[in-house]
Order: sequence, then C-alpha cells, then structure tokens
Amino acid sequence: MSNAELEAAGGSAQQVEADAAAWLRRRHFGEWTQDDQASLDQWRGAALAHEVAYLRLEAAWDRTERLTALHPFKVEQPVAEARNWRLPLSLAAGLAAIALLTTTALPVVRHSGSAVYSTPVGGREIIKLADGSRIELNTATVLRLSADQRGAVLEKGEAYFQIRHDAAHPFTLAVAGRRVIDLGTKFLVRDNPDAVEVALLEGRARLEPVAVTAPRRGVILTPGDVAVATARTISVTKVSPDELSNELSWRHGLLVFHNATLAQAAAVLNRYNDDKLIIDDPKIAALTINGTFRTNDTQVFARMAQDVFGVRVTYDANTTRISR
Amino acid sequence: MTDITETSREDGRRGQPMSVSEARAWFVREVLPLESDLMQFLHHNWRNKSDIADLRQDIYVRIFEAARHEIPLRTRHFVFTVARNLLIDRVRRERIIPFDAVTDADALGAAMEAPLAERAVIARDELRRLRAALERLPERARDAVVLRRIEGLTGRQIASRMSISEAAVSKLIDNGIRALADILYSDPEDRRNWS
Repeated sequence: MSNAELEAAGGSAQQVEADAAAWLRRRHFGEWTQDDQASLDQWRGAALAHEVAYLRLEAAWDRTERLTALHPFKVEQPVAEARNWRLPLSLAAGLAAIALLTTTALPVVRHSGSAVYSTPVGGREIIKLADGSRIELNTATVLRLSADQRGAVLEKGEAYFQIRHDAAHPFTLAVAGRRVIDLGTKFLVRDNPDAVEVALLEGRARLEPVAVTAPRRGVILTPGDVAVATARTISVTKVSPDELSNELSWRHGLLVFHNATLAQAAAVLNRYNDDKLIIDDPKIAALTINGTFRTNDTQVFARMAQDVFGVRVTYDANTTRISR
Repeated sequence: MTDITETSREDGRRGQPMSVSEARAWFVREVLPLESDLMQFLHHNWRNKSDIADLRQDIYVRIFEAARHEIPLRTRHFVFTVARNLLIDRVRRERIIPFDAVTDADALGAAMEAPLAERAVIARDELRRLRAALERLPERARDAVVLRRIEGLTGRQIASRMSISEAAVSKLIDNGIRALADILYSDPEDRRNWS
C-alpha cells in the first residue's frame, strides 16, 4: 500500500485496530466525559477505516455483555472487603450493613449456663458478645458458647469469628477434636465431614489438638493461613486476600467459585439449600466454572449450567437433577 | 429468537439510503457474521498473508461507504462482489497475479450462494460460543477481560488484583478486545463441545 493510500484508509489495519481498541477500552472503563465522546466521534469520523474497525470491536465487546449472565449481580461488597480487609473502619461499615439484614441470634440457654446457637439450612446469624466480639454463623451450624463467653464449641457447620483479644482470658474454640486459641484474631472455621478448615484473616491464633493425651503439638496461624486438619494431620497453606474474601462471601449471601468443578460447586450450594442439586454424569460433574451465585438459589445455578453447557435440568420434589 | 424476522421486516426498505446509525446496525447485523467466510475467501485467494488485515479493512470501508448510499439487496452477494473487485483492482495495479481462484467463477459463486451461516442464533448457543471464545483468549488477557466484564471491576481494581500497573491492564484489555473480535468473527470455533 502506498503512503497516500494508507492515509486515505486512516492508517494500516493493525494500527487502526489498535487505536480502535484503545478508544473502546477508554469508553467502557471508568470516567468518560463529553469531551472524550467528542474526541471519539471526531476520530471515528476522520476515516471510514476508523469507523468500521471501531464498529467491529464494539460489536464483539457488546456480545460479551451476555457473559455477565454468568455473574448475575455485582460483588461490590466482597471486592471492597478484599481491598480493605486490614482496615477496621471500612470493615465495620460493611458489617453494619449486614447487621441490618440479619437478625441477632437468640440462644437456647442450657442449665450449665452455656448457650446454644443454631441456624437452619440456608440460615445466617450474628452473635454479639458482651466485649464487642462477634461471631457469624453460616448455614446449618450449631455453636455452643460458654457462660463466660470466652469459650465455644462448633458442633457443626461454619462460623466467622472476630474476637476482641484479652490476654488474661484467651478465647478458645473447640471443633472436632481440635482447639483454636485466639491470640487476637479474625478467623473462619468450617467443620467439613472429613476435615476442619481454619482460615485466619487477622492477628494470630494457635490450632492444637484438644485431647489431653495427644502430644501437645499445635501450629501458629498468621494472616492468610488456611489450615486443614484431619483426624491425624494439619496442613497449612497461604492464600491471597482475594481468596480469603471469597471464602467469606457467604456473609453477603454469595458464593464465589473460581475454577471449581460443577460437582464441587453443587456440593457447596447443597450446604445452603434443602433443594439439593444432583449431578449424575461424571463428565458434567467435572466441568469447571467461575462465577458468583446467591447461596439460596439452586435454580439460578442449574439454569446457568443449562445455558452455558447445554446440560439437561429436571426438577423433582426437593431435587434438581443435572444430566446430559 | 432468530434475526430472520428482523431482516424481512426491513426488506421493504432495501435499495434505499441508510442513516449512519442504520448503516452501523446493518453492518454489525449482516456483514460481521460473514467475516469468517470472507477471511477464508481472502486466505484462499491471496498469497501474501500479511496483506489480509489491510484487505479486510479496505473491503469493510468500501462496503460501509456503499451501504450509506443504498442498502444492498443481498448482503452476502454484495460482500463477496466487493471483495472480488478489490482483489482484482489490487492485482491490476500491482501487475502481479498473486491469486488463483478469484477468476474462478464457480468458487466465487459458491462463496456467494452459501447459506447464511447460523442466522438463527439461540441465546444459549451464543452464551456457549462466548464462553468458548473467552477460553481461547491468552490467559492474562482473559483474566483482565473476565474481571472487567464478568466481575465488573475498574481498571485500578484489576491492576491491584493482578498485581500489575494500570497501563499493563489497558494493554491486556486492548489485546483481549482485538482477540475476541478475531475469535468471534474471523475464526469462530463454536462447534466446540464438552463431550
């Protein structure tokens, strides 16, 4: 192509396309003023090559709008928390918002003076302790709190602890033969059938066996640590703040899946719902997904699987079956 | 569900001039879906592959310009006529004969008369196709596009998530947009299936 021709065409196709992509990105990202729009209109009007290149990229980008269906709503709340989870003020603001949506749990008081708090499947409760500490119970959870409020037993389920530290009276949580002793912490504990998971967000905590006969070996957890304790072993891995934040997205009624198989995601959703998802084809069970779902809506999840993977979804009483 | 109804609705206006916004909508609706066939045609008929991006641009410019004056009666026929004429012009001017099949009336006729590809686009297929397209993006570009498009993050939030500069995010997004257009229009591989 001659130079004169290139000019008439508005530049080489590669260059025009690169410019068009940059315009499109600026148009769709963040601030966009009237002046910006005028500049874009001018650029598009300067050569038909600009116009068609822009149209083409915009059409492709607009088609991806549909992908937001994989993510039916924005996760502003968890994102804000991911960025700020070390900043108590903004976290406190987020919790205040949750408190409005969540009833304060009313315990069943036992004669020993301990109180038992529980949530049904799909439930969520916040327990506020006298010293300002708070415990949030996730779905299908039972927690027993001692009369002095410095000891608790997670009998089943999952809970998020934000404990005011008191060196003289450390808070101790027992779960499935393990004990978490707080050294000033925010931590998440989940009692899975085969293992206990403890994720530490802030401060420090010690995780150790409860049994007096067991050799007194424990691990100290620091922020970002996720410990998985089975009957015999404890393994600790570091995860990113984002992953930790995803682990806690249930506090906002959301579940975030990242490269999870459909089977894994269905198992998680089933913890929150009486309407159970059943996937009976191993090939379908192994498909991976990314996305955010409401904890209380298996139907949306099933429809999404249907739309994205073209699987068959059938409904019975209390079960949603996903098959080929 | 199909855009065939849309086409027939507008049939009464064929042969008339279009406004800019009509021309844009027509281009996106009727011309871009032919891009994979057009690219195949160009690859088949032009030896120097490094010219093809420029050829496509020139063809689109001619199509868009012509459409402003008159809505073509048959888009597919029109697109391939423009493509053929442009290649012939190029050959004449450069005094070289770099292609084999443009003068082959049968081959061209076949390209023109092929049935409209996938006019009846069902939403589910589109979503699956988009997902497959996303999977074919380079990994980093895909991450950036997903964080933008699916998670709705800003450039700054994406930069912080991916631990890169905002300028690097911009570059990934730009490349992602271009690659998406190529995958969706030039090289759709939507027959991909999980089974």
